This record gives sequence, structure tokens and C-alpha cells, in this order.
Amino acid sequence: MSGRPSAKPAAGAPSSKVKTLTIDDRLVSAREDESILDAARQNGIQIPTLCNLDGLTPVGACRLCMVEVKGSSRLFASCVTMVGEGMEVVTDSERLQKYRKTIVELLFSERNHVCAVCVSNGHCELQNLAQTLGVTHLTVPYLHPKLPVDASHERFVNDHNRCVLCQRCVRVCGEVEGAHTWDLRGRGIDTRVITDLNQPWGSSETCTGCGKCVHVCPTGALTEKGKSIREMAKQSRFLPYLTMMREDRSE
Amino acid sequence: MSFLDMDERILEIAARVEVVYSPLVDLKEFPADVDVTIVEGGVSSEEDLHKIRMVRSRTKLLIALGDCAVTSNVPGMRNTFKVDDVMKRAYFENADLKQQVPSDVIPKLLPRTRPVHEVVPVDVFLPGCPPPADVIFGALVSLLDGTTPDLSGTRFGR
Repeated sequence: MSGRPSAKPAAGAPSSKVKTLTIDDRLVSAREDESILDAARQNGIQIPTLCNLDGLTPVGACRLCMVEVKGSSRLFASCVTMVGEGMEVVTDSERLQKYRKTIVELLFSERNHVCAVCVSNGHCELQNLAQTLGVTHLTVPYLHPKLPVDASHERFVNDHNRCVLCQRCVRVCGEVEGAHTWDLRGRGIDTRVITDLNQPWGSSETCTGCGKCVHVCPTGALTEKGKSIREMAKQSRFLPYLTMMREDRSE
Repeated sequence: MSFLDMDERILEIAARVEVVYSPLVDLKEFPADVDVTIVEGGVSSEEDLHKIRMVRSRTKLLIALGDCAVTSNVPGMRNTFKVDDVMKRAYFENADLKQQVPSDVIPKLLPRTRPVHEVVPVDVFLPGCPPPADVIFGALVSLLDGTTPDLSGTRFGR
């Protein structure tokens, strides 16, 4: 069936085949191994994202980039759904806005994101999302879980109160640094990011101390010790350059 | 303080409203038939709960101003602990003299500090710690003009 969404990941050299589809009633074209999110962004159509980051493999963890595809009643995470011929995509509808707002609300309610006392206050992607999506308050109750802060590393801090489980740290550590210090444990609401086999970050034998995880973290979950709010702005844009330079070297 | 950051524009507001109650107004009882009430802070004690219920019943339009009222924010940080532990910490572990839980003057703490809208219905939310003066001013002017306030200039936190 043409236009049917597929989640087949891209592998090997970029495909030269081009698919034509419509996004928000605009006729666009994209390589067959590109995602709906890629195609939308190339055409100046903005879809909100949180777990997605240029330079890391998309995982569809946050579900904020969900879009409607004509012919299916379910929603598709546009970062992991490849474009298809004749596909008709809607990126912004009342239903999508409602779901996106609810996702952000649930992220806030699940942990203790007390913005006023967070080192990422003012440059936090979750905060920005709440603002752009118009989340002025939560319609779900706050859970106020009791969560630990791991400050055992000599340079970095892992504050579980701020974590949104986007897995950027897990991916950057495995895919780019090649250390795979970070991973997830548990399921559902009990999921936590862990270092090595759930041991304190400071005693991790695999951590190289490179700090990439800190700078891709969208919130104040991973931060550098001793940095003030103004100093702790994350620099996640190093990633595309880093991967680009490495590709050049291997050729 | 952010409210006062409206500076001279506060006179513009003052010319169009009648302030009937505030911590600075010499009136003990919250008056009846109030058009707009701006409330700040989380609902933390039994006294807060009593007050906000009365305010709501006597107010047409209730505005939750600032993150403490909207999210419970810093006052809500005690929510991960039990009330008994919080009291023990404040009045025993951190007290050198007369270690005791106050029973008369200090209102009893609720099990959790909650945002205002979890207790009574709230009509307008002005998040921010603090909300920018421009947003407060804009919201008050649009309410006076009878239009929907634009809240895109503020958010949780700074």
C-alpha cells in the first residue's frame, strides 16, 4: 500500500529514491530513508520535539513529535516514521495539541521539576516546550516522588528529580563517545537512568568524564558541578559537527 | 515585587480599579462581591485552605499569580517528606531552645502543599518565578478591557 507509514530505520549510504507527500497540505519531497520530521523541518514546518537531537539516532521516546497520517486512526512519532509515497501528514491539529500539552504536563507531574531552584532555569527545553505549547498549569496532580541526587562524580551531578527519560545521555554515550556508561533500568514510571550496573556515577569504571551527556541533557538532570544558572547553558550543537568531522576522517 | 516592577504603569491600573483587600489594606475580613482576586503562594496549611475557599466563594475571577500558586513550587518541596518529619526537622533538630511543635499560633500543616487550582477552581494562570511585570500588566489590562490575556510571555520558572 502506498503512503503506509513504516518505521524502517535508515541503514548504509543515503538512498537516492525520492518520495512525494503532503505535510499540512503542502506538497513536499524527501529521500525515502528520511523521517517525516526530517521532511517537515527541511520545509520549514516546525514539529515540537524533546528526545530528538541532531546527531543521535531517533528513538521516539517522548512522543511529542506525533503526527496524524491520513488513513490511520493512530498517531505516529514523526522522528521514527519514514516518509512514504502519497502520504498525507497533519502536524498540527486540536487533537495533537491536546496530546502534546498532556505529555508535557505528565513530564512535569512525574518528577520534581522545581524550576525556581534548578540550575537549568531559563535554558531548559522542558520549560521552553511548556511555554510554546501554552501549558500554564497542570491538569494532573503532582506526584512528588522522593528521588535521589547522585553527586558522586567529581565534576558532574545526576539529579533524577529533573530527568525526563529522553535517553539522550544514553545515546550520546553509546553512539558518540563509545563508552555506554549510561543505560535505563526499571519500567514505566519506575524507569531511571543508571551509570554502569546501577552504581554511583563517581565509581563508574567506563565513564571517560567527557561531559557529552551533560551537554545533550535537555533539562537540569545532568549538570556540571559548581556552575551557576547563567554558566550552565547546555551546548548541544557540538554533536552534528563532531559526527561530520568523524565521517570525513574515515573516508 | 514583580507586581511593583510595573512601575508607573501601576497608576494606570489604580485609576481603573478599587483595591478592597490586600495584605497592605487595613481590613481584617475578606470582603464580599469581589470582581478579581490575585492570589499568590501554595496552599500549605489549614488556614490557607480556609482562606482560599472563602476568597473563591466571594470572588468572580480568581488569578493564580506565580509558580507557588500555580505549581506549589518551593513550598511544595516538602511534599516528598512526611509532615511529622518536616516538623521534627524545623522544631527539634534545628531548634536549640524550647523544642516543641507549636500548637496555638502556627496553623497546622496539610499533608501536602498544593497548587491553588487543586483546591478551588482558578480562572487565570500566570506562571513564572516571578511572572514578568509586563505579563502581569498586560493580563490585568486585558481583563479590564474584557479580552483574553496573552500569557505567551511567561512560563514555569524564570
